[in-house]
Amino acid sequence: MARVLLFGRLADQAGWRERSVEAASLAALRDLLAAADPDLGEALGGPGVQVAVDKAIVRGEATLAAATEVAFLPPMSGG
Amino acid sequence: MTVFPSISLTAQPFEPGALLTTFCAGRAETGAVASFVGLARAERGQTTVLELEAYPGFTDAAIAQFAEEAKARFALHDYRIVHRIGRIAPGEAIVFVATAAGHRRAAFEACDFLMDWLKSRAPFWKKEHGPDGDRWIEPTAQDRTDAERWD
Repeated sequence: MARVLLFGRLADQAGWRERSVEAASLAALRDLLAAADPDLGEALGGPGVQVAVDKAIVRGEATLAAATEVAFLPPMSGG
Repeated sequence: MTVFPSISLTAQPFEPGALLTTFCAGRAETGAVASFVGLARAERGQTTVLELEAYPGFTDAAIAQFAEEAKARFALHDYRIVHRIGRIAPGEAIVFVATAAGHRRAAFEACDFLMDWLKSRAPFWKKEHGPDGDRWIEPTAQDRTDAERWD
């Protein structure tokens, strides 16, 4: 079960910021989130959106082990 | 979660003078301490509240990694970074950075370097609440140019 976290405008758009989703891979997770909310699915793949798995940025595909935390990070603003 | 004692993200207002006093205490070999305090601006009434979101455990780790690079690059003795998160009213301090070095040039430059990075590349998400609604904001072109001076 992956703990999915949304930040910034992605959380506002989705209407949630944390949710548990059963998915074996990042691609499967994206598909599940897009099936539930197509606009969010598109936003998660949008320009500048990065993904962190267990607090480390990943590029491309990743497998999701048990109790993995997946965060979708829109462009960062700086402080 | 790893704890970074030189870095704090806090939802509570802080007093910059007290932080600086603490940072300066008990130093025999430090010849220079430079500090910077960033305050939330009202933007002529366009911003009533600033909201900063961080990713705990990710944001502080990223700041720590960068700050340790700065420490090595400028041969700092020490540094202290405090950053507000959550809702911040105009006039309140958002960020405090202090750097300690043997001599002033390194302390000044390291403080400037840390601030340029914090303003443009640190993993925060910033929202302005104003009379015309809310908006998420991204770094300005000037923030990016400031940060690129050091590349």
